[in-house]
Amino acid sequence: MTRWAMVADLRRCVGCQTCTAACKHTNATPPEVQWRRVLDMEVGEYPEVKRAFVPVGCMHCADPPCMHVCPSTATRKRADGIVTIDYDLCIGCAYCAVACPYQARYKTDQPSFAYGAPMESEAQRFDSGRIGVATKCTFCSDRIDAGLAKGLKPGVDPEATPACVNSCIAQALHFGDVEDPASNVSELLAENQFFRMHEELGTDPGFYYLWDKRR
Amino acid sequence: MSTGPKYGPKPWLQAHWDLRAATNFILGGTGSGLLISTALTAHATPGWGPFLALGLALIAAGLGAVWLEIGRKLRAIHVFFNPFTSWMTRESFAALVVFALGGLALALGRPWVAQAVGLAALAFAFCQGRILLASKGIPAWRTPGIVELIIATSLAEGGGLFVAITATLVATPPTPWLVALALVLIARAAAWSRYRKRLGAGAPRAALESSGRMLVYAGTAAPLALLAIGQMLPSVAPGADVLAGLAALAAGWRLKFALVRRAAYNQGFSLPQLPVRGSN
Repeated sequence: MTRWAMVADLRRCVGCQTCTAACKHTNATPPEVQWRRVLDMEVGEYPEVKRAFVPVGCMHCADPPCMHVCPSTATRKRADGIVTIDYDLCIGCAYCAVACPYQARYKTDQPSFAYGAPMESEAQRFDSGRIGVATKCTFCSDRIDAGLAKGLKPGVDPEATPACVNSCIAQALHFGDVEDPASNVSELLAENQFFRMHEELGTDPGFYYLWDKRR
Repeated sequence: MSTGPKYGPKPWLQAHWDLRAATNFILGGTGSGLLISTALTAHATPGWGPFLALGLALIAAGLGAVWLEIGRKLRAIHVFFNPFTSWMTRESFAALVVFALGGLALALGRPWVAQAVGLAALAFAFCQGRILLASKGIPAWRTPGIVELIIATSLAEGGGLFVAITATLVATPPTPWLVALALVLIARAAAWSRYRKRLGAGAPRAALESSGRMLVYAGTAAPLALLAIGQMLPSVAPGADVLAGLAALAAGWRLKFALVRRAAYNQGFSLPQLPVRGSN
């Protein structure tokens, strides 16, 4: 079985937000909707201050609470682990949004554009089907599916890889099949110490954070 | 998994469910409590019809409020699509049963049908509690004990409204009804205490403290005292019973409002480890 997963190397992320911009460009999300965000965390007090940049978004959990609570069955999980939303089924109740422990879901009730009136690019890519429903990161499933159809390998071939990973200037973001022991992400997880966000909640997230070399 | 310190942005208040969602929990809970009170007394109360109609109207108003909140109102029927795992779907089915049986009870005028409505209303209140418990993103909602608290306060609110209306428009409620209300109020306070202990420290608990105090003092101690005064001084009993019922109702409403709107913090983000730079 395949399970697509994301790996973020916190030692490498510099918080440049290029992944955020790439995601917005690829998915045409409106203002204030960021399917891929990078948190800027400061810890400690001078002179013992540390800073970490933490990419977050939908964790594509193996046991996603958003899917269980969804009354309309709009939220589903594919066989490859990607959690999806059917915009035609979603009623926009936002139950999934309060059930998600990662604040990964957005609901936009009105069309919104960067400068009020839509620019030409925004008008062309505006999707009324996304108004009044829940939206979130898709792991760029359309890119993955199209790439696989061409015989490409997600996480290795850029054409089959999520836009945020392709754009990362520091190679902090990686994508691949975590069930394949020979995959790029499996090798990273074998070589490094990692954690997953709010793991105690039992959602089995598909987003791993590397923080140190395995010793 | 590390059990060490955690680092991260602090929790913030969710903004997805607003007053409209809170209204569903407030009116739906009170309506189901009123229906349960009506069911328990229907055999001894010939005029139970208006109470039942009011209970149905409260639940309908609550559902109407939450309907105003959903993004795709014309697709509301999709709420019935996931009875396998979604407590929101189950709540909707419970509401259907409540309204179907309620309509039947009003049409037939048979107390036993009204009692069946009470059972369906209990299921509705249970579903409301489970809706909150299943919300893993909100610590104040996913805390064990929330279901018991929601059911207990629904019973107390509905019971309080039932006693207040009876004392105002019909007659002084019989002593067993008042004893039942007193027991429900004590059960609610106990459920609150148990829930609060499990909630732990932090923003959600701080946001609930004033409502919790009101629940204990104005929603439990004061009504119990008023009910006792009414028993000892029959001349003031109607007024005391009305005040006791309204206090029980108001304290429950305030707690649920606080629960849905004031204490609904997420857990933010937290790192069990900070990156060790230079090690890769």
